[in-house]
Amino acid sequence: MASVCFYFQVHQPHRLRHYTIFDSGTDYFDAYKNAEICRKVAKKCYLPTNRLLLELIERHAGQFKVAFSITGTALEQFADYAPEVLVGFQRLAATGCVEFLSETYHHSLSFLFSPDEFAEQVTAHRKLIRDLFGQTPQVFRNTELIYSNQLAQAVARIGGFKAILAEGADHILGYRSPNYVYEPPEAPGLKLLLKNYRLSDDIAFRFSNRHWSEWPLSIGKFAQWVNAVNGNGYVVNLFVDYETFGEHQWEDTGIFEFLRVLPDEILKHPDNDFKTPGEVADAYEAADVVDVPHLISWADTERDLSAWLGNAMQQNAIAELYRMEQTVKDANDPDILRDWRRLQTSDHFYYMCTKYFADGDVHKYFNPYDTPYDSYINFMNVLDNMRSRCAAARPAAASATHIVETQAPKYPRRRTDTSVTV
Amino acid sequence: MKVRTLMLGWEFPPFISGGLGTACLGLTKAMDRLGMPVIFVLPKAKPVHLSGGSVPVFESDSPGGYAFRNVQFRPVAAALNPYATTRSGTVATVAEDLTKANLPDDDLEFGEPGNYGPDIYAAVARYARKVLTLGLTEQFDLIHAHDWMTFPAGVALAAQSGKPLVIQVHSTEFDRSGEHVNQYVYDIERHAMHAAARIIAVSNYTRNIIISRYGVPPQKVEVVYNGVEHQNGSWSGQRQTWPSKSDKIVLFLGRITMQKGPEYFLHAARAVLEKIDNVKFIMAGDGDMLYQSIELAAQLGIGNRVLFTRFLRGDDVRKVYQLADLYVMPSVSEPFGIAPLEALQHDVPVLLSKQSGIAEAFRNALKVDFWDVQEMANKMVAVLRHPPLQGVLRSEGRREALKFRWEDSAARMNEIYHQMLGVA
Repeated sequence: MASVCFYFQVHQPHRLRHYTIFDSGTDYFDAYKNAEICRKVAKKCYLPTNRLLLELIERHAGQFKVAFSITGTALEQFADYAPEVLVGFQRLAATGCVEFLSETYHHSLSFLFSPDEFAEQVTAHRKLIRDLFGQTPQVFRNTELIYSNQLAQAVARIGGFKAILAEGADHILGYRSPNYVYEPPEAPGLKLLLKNYRLSDDIAFRFSNRHWSEWPLSIGKFAQWVNAVNGNGYVVNLFVDYETFGEHQWEDTGIFEFLRVLPDEILKHPDNDFKTPGEVADAYEAADVVDVPHLISWADTERDLSAWLGNAMQQNAIAELYRMEQTVKDANDPDILRDWRRLQTSDHFYYMCTKYFADGDVHKYFNPYDTPYDSYINFMNVLDNMRSRCAAARPAAASATHIVETQAPKYPRRRTDTSVTV
Repeated sequence: MKVRTLMLGWEFPPFISGGLGTACLGLTKAMDRLGMPVIFVLPKAKPVHLSGGSVPVFESDSPGGYAFRNVQFRPVAAALNPYATTRSGTVATVAEDLTKANLPDDDLEFGEPGNYGPDIYAAVARYARKVLTLGLTEQFDLIHAHDWMTFPAGVALAAQSGKPLVIQVHSTEFDRSGEHVNQYVYDIERHAMHAAARIIAVSNYTRNIIISRYGVPPQKVEVVYNGVEHQNGSWSGQRQTWPSKSDKIVLFLGRITMQKGPEYFLHAARAVLEKIDNVKFIMAGDGDMLYQSIELAAQLGIGNRVLFTRFLRGDDVRKVYQLADLYVMPSVSEPFGIAPLEALQHDVPVLLSKQSGIAEAFRNALKVDFWDVQEMANKMVAVLRHPPLQGVLRSEGRREALKFRWEDSAARMNEIYHQMLGVA
């Protein structure tokens, strides 16, 4: 039995506008740019793919199923800038063949820095999904699939979850295959679903790469690989960015045609089916405990946290951000709190990454800044204004206003049993 | 085959302490190391600069402090200073009597009696005549001329010898004089660009100016980036700390002239001082806008925060780099810009004008449009306020500066020479 388990990640950050030391407005975010990007991606990806999936679900009458994890920041922007996208997702929800997953509302790294904030964001996101789609998520995935034993335990404590997703990284699996269901240590009730990164990346990254030995990826070839799992596993976890369809892989690569014939081709084999992550957790027993004592992610070849925390600027910016938590909450102002949370979106720190900068490759992601330095400068200027705003709201909590240098960076409080491997 | 080049170059530092002398030295040393045979024509003068005492003339076996093996030097008496501007009101260098016992006696004529006077045009023509004479007795496969003052000599020698000419453009009249170009100089540049077999530009920025302002076909212009001399750690060592230093220091080091944007630096400084007060600005250099700049600083009300050191030599340069928290190059039009690379070698992070060649080639630097004084101040404050930003710019910038090697420029030059001659 090979159950193909699709999950699509949908996310858009609130990008910052150009904010200098001379700026003092509280409008930190570039509404024009965010709207433009949202609509562009809607046109190229969200709308056509939503339509296609709806068509496929209806055609296969319950046999084709998928899952989404949509961030709170994306949902807010759809409501503001592209409501048709939201309608599309709601139609998909109504089919009963689409599962919505849980994550932090603001696509943040809060798990690493503030357990309270993490729990609040997960709760807020769950509520939003319930309100919009009539479903209470029971499967969790953390921002950028950042995962460790401790995360699983924290999620188990929050309660209401039956499974958690993570990257099927070689160094945690060892000889084991991602095509089985696993469980984390000491997180009762939770199953662990690991991404089959080879097959996922074949679609998400290699699909249009002419230098790839397997190009062009015909549906027949792909289905064969899926079929080969039979006897060697139960699930094929295909976890991809939704923007793969139309945005990362453009329409002319044939990605939509590929998706259109995929359910048929997979279902040709009588032992195959499609399951959502929740259904996978229900259907299969855990084959083993997978121990992940150090944090992993689905990013880059390292599968670690270096994309967000690898250099001094990133570490400083995020430390300063979370240092403000109490000040922000004391200010008791919903606008300040909302803005502070929007600053937590992991993208802001991703833009500051210098990892591949020397080679001229500004990550495969769309980066609104020319250089990682510009991104850091912008972010820190905004944080500075946030501080003043909090001070104005709660004079007792004000910090000295003549300080021109931020203090020496406080590195993230190490959780005793997790080391941040960067 | 080894291509024998007759190079019309410039005096090495410390005689000419601007980009041109530095570039000639770096390139020639690298060519020497690669075993490329060069006959280097060196215009020798004893200039009296406006700004300071006379520079001592020394004759040595190792010009530029390096023992050359494949490069031979041919001094030519010439009253040429590439940094003399031709705008009215400024004076080209005045050369003294050139009959010197310590100059090597060979067939060249030295010491035409009397002053050459502030007549740059005649000086250029005289230099060309001398080069033609020299050229009669030298063996070479091609001619390589650096910047406009040597171009007439190069063109004439190419015609006389029948050998091809490659000209290297380190700066154009548009860089030096903005839109109000001196017609005579422009004509010389243009004529040489059309007469030469190949043109080497020090950046795409300069290449675009050559193509668009001089009517040159694009396929004739190559880009070869400058390098920077790597001292292999002799400048690094212990970075000196200044415990008594309470102020941050922002450094401008270069000629204080229109091309280098000193007024933009000062306007940005004033904006910075609106936001933070524990910072001082150092302008290290001399030039025709020096007094104007001192006055501007006073007018802007920041006179007590801006220090003018005049021209710095030797160890003073190293010291000022060690003091600096940020190096700023606000150039209005900079063909390349080796100075930021030198700053980075001294562990100083850099803020570059986007209107420069180096900005297109370098990644780990802050960049700004020279006229965008607010953004310049924004970036200056950011570096001064945030040690992590300064730290990453410093370490990544320093590492990237290592990639700019004169050996790579020289090797590329060699390829171009071979292409020009149609040989392997």
